[in-house]
Amino acid sequence: TSTDPLTIETSLPFTSHNCEPPSRSVETNPQELISFFRDMATMRRMEIAADSLYKAKLIRGFCHLYDGQEAVAVGMEAGITKKDCIITSYRDHCTFVGRGGTLLEVFSELMGRQGGCSKGKGGSMHFYKKDAGFYGGHGIVGAQVPLGCGLAFAQKYSKDETVTFALYGDGAANQGQLFEALNISALWDLPVILVCENNHYGMGTAEWRAAKSPAYYKRGDYVPGLKVDGMDALAVKQACKFAKEHVLRKGPIILEMDTYRYHGHSMSDPGSTYRTRDEISGVRQERDPIERIRKVILAHDLATERELKDFEKEIRKEVDQAIAQAKESPMPEPSELFTNVYVKGLGTEAFGADRKEVRAVLP
Amino acid sequence: KQMMVREALNSALDEEMSADPKVFLMGEEVGEYQGAYKISKGLLEKYGPERVLDTPITEAGFTGIGVGAAYYGLKPVVEFMTFNFSMQAIDHIINSAAKSCYMSAGQISVPIVFRGPNGAAAGVGAQHSQCYASWYASCPGLKVLAPYSSEDARGLLKAAIRDPDPVVFLENELLYGESFPVSAEVLDSSFCLPIGKAKIEREGKDVTITAFSKMVGYALKAAEILAKDGISAEIINLRSIRPLDRPAINASVRKTSRLVTVEEGFPQHGVGAEICASIIEESFGYLDAPVERIAGADVPMPYAANLERMAVPQVEDIVRAAKRACYRSKPMAAAQ
Repeated sequence: TSTDPLTIETSLPFTSHNCEPPSRSVETNPQELISFFRDMATMRRMEIAADSLYKAKLIRGFCHLYDGQEAVAVGMEAGITKKDCIITSYRDHCTFVGRGGTLLEVFSELMGRQGGCSKGKGGSMHFYKKDAGFYGGHGIVGAQVPLGCGLAFAQKYSKDETVTFALYGDGAANQGQLFEALNISALWDLPVILVCENNHYGMGTAEWRAAKSPAYYKRGDYVPGLKVDGMDALAVKQACKFAKEHVLRKGPIILEMDTYRYHGHSMSDPGSTYRTRDEISGVRQERDPIERIRKVILAHDLATERELKDFEKEIRKEVDQAIAQAKESPMPEPSELFTNVYVKGLGTEAFGADRKEVRAVLP
Repeated sequence: KQMMVREALNSALDEEMSADPKVFLMGEEVGEYQGAYKISKGLLEKYGPERVLDTPITEAGFTGIGVGAAYYGLKPVVEFMTFNFSMQAIDHIINSAAKSCYMSAGQISVPIVFRGPNGAAAGVGAQHSQCYASWYASCPGLKVLAPYSSEDARGLLKAAIRDPDPVVFLENELLYGESFPVSAEVLDSSFCLPIGKAKIEREGKDVTITAFSKMVGYALKAAEILAKDGISAEIINLRSIRPLDRPAINASVRKTSRLVTVEEGFPQHGVGAEICASIIEESFGYLDAPVERIAGADVPMPYAANLERMAVPQVEDIVRAAKRACYRSKPMAAAQ
């Protein structure tokens, strides 16, 4: 596939707050569009497989799936570099894959195995890939936003000319600490982009039941904002590129990504008590991010329907292989219980449940 | 030479900022105001507003920003005007700072210092007078230090800033203005104290008294009074609440066979409770008397001077408990 430039219009116009919106014409190329398709289809398949593994009791505890929201992870990566930082909430599997994390690391971590990106010690909500600027995977709703502003502070302090994307949901958008951190970021002109992934439900609470103003891109008041069709990877890419340039010169901005999660909030939520089945199937039919890119690819004759189907078959195989491999990965060694509590454990003694039976010297 | 604790902290900050450009200071009033307690005096002028940052009064926000900067590899020193206000930000100290190294299997380290005055102040009522040592010390992933003297303040703060893990550094407002003798070694810019090691402030053979922060001074005064009665008290300045120097405490108790723990914090689940448990577990057979605990009264801090005095340990409380441990006290009439 070629890298000849191609210009495609976003499906919807951007709506802006206190700034000039970027152009709707997005520069792309066939290779990028195919990679969008492949990456999103991989994420989709991965999350569906995680659903099955959870139901087969191979994944424990919490598991928050991202299917429906893939265009945000994929479009964002297309607009930035791995030197830029990303930090997100517990719905982090696909963000990690977007940063270059592997399926094997994902499934191993989900199943609590040594081969996981956090060696089985983090779990679903705590994926990291620091070498590619991914700082987690955070379980406390909204806490990752000040942390992301801190990453941006450090980037500016180090004169790195890079930026941080701090992702949060519409539920977290009402957290007080978000406004505290945004205020400081604006005072100090930090290169941070607050990305509100508005999937319209904070757990089971519809946005309008939790936010007096659900226009999240305007909630920064003195901070500019942009509302983006988060189901359109090209619009996300355009917005993220625009936002990166903006924050390096002018300080923080809010991007509200209008998106949707097909699954419930987590695995214990069937996702059907607070919204209708019609609503979900309507989004699938009209706004699905993968189908949108499929249509673009077909309309521009960049691949045949058959080729795209073959990609999907390949992806299915890749996912199955990764799962099989992850199942082979051993559980962590019991000695790992006492590692990484500190960088420098100072030789302190730490204790197990029965301290006369289990104790260790911290490395 | 004599040095005030305030100068000790200020010089430690100054030296570490000068040694490592990744070290910066942030908090309320640390810059133009020169620090609510003047600990950061002169630093804004010397290092500029990029490295000495006045924050708004929004602890959750600026603490999160500090922790995020540490994720990236900077070495923030976050000042809380008092640790009472750290309650607004405790989620970032516990969940964002203490646990990240573990959750990421070592990928993310968090070299940050949270510092400020802790414990009972004078006449400021319940919300501004509380010791958080046992709160933070109960959390794995954190290191918790509590200096007493100027030597402690310098050596431990420098150690905290150089340490790759999150450190909660508990100062005491009422000690800031106190002067202590300091040696040339302590004044050297390379001076640093080991984290996790207690200091025997005074050797003794009859009873071990553990204390930290301001209570070390009280324990030393108590030891002088006890000496007049022929009781030789060994005073352990804990310095580090986590890691806790269990070996040093146990070794001392094995020598003296008696223990009095002293702290300003609430008694229930306190630092003293943990020390008692350690002694019962490790050195039960060496004890010649029940362990004695001296702690803050189990009430919110009252305002009235007479009640406030009753709510925090006094030297005579320590003396009485030590004598009780040595079987030399008469029971109080009120307690009969």
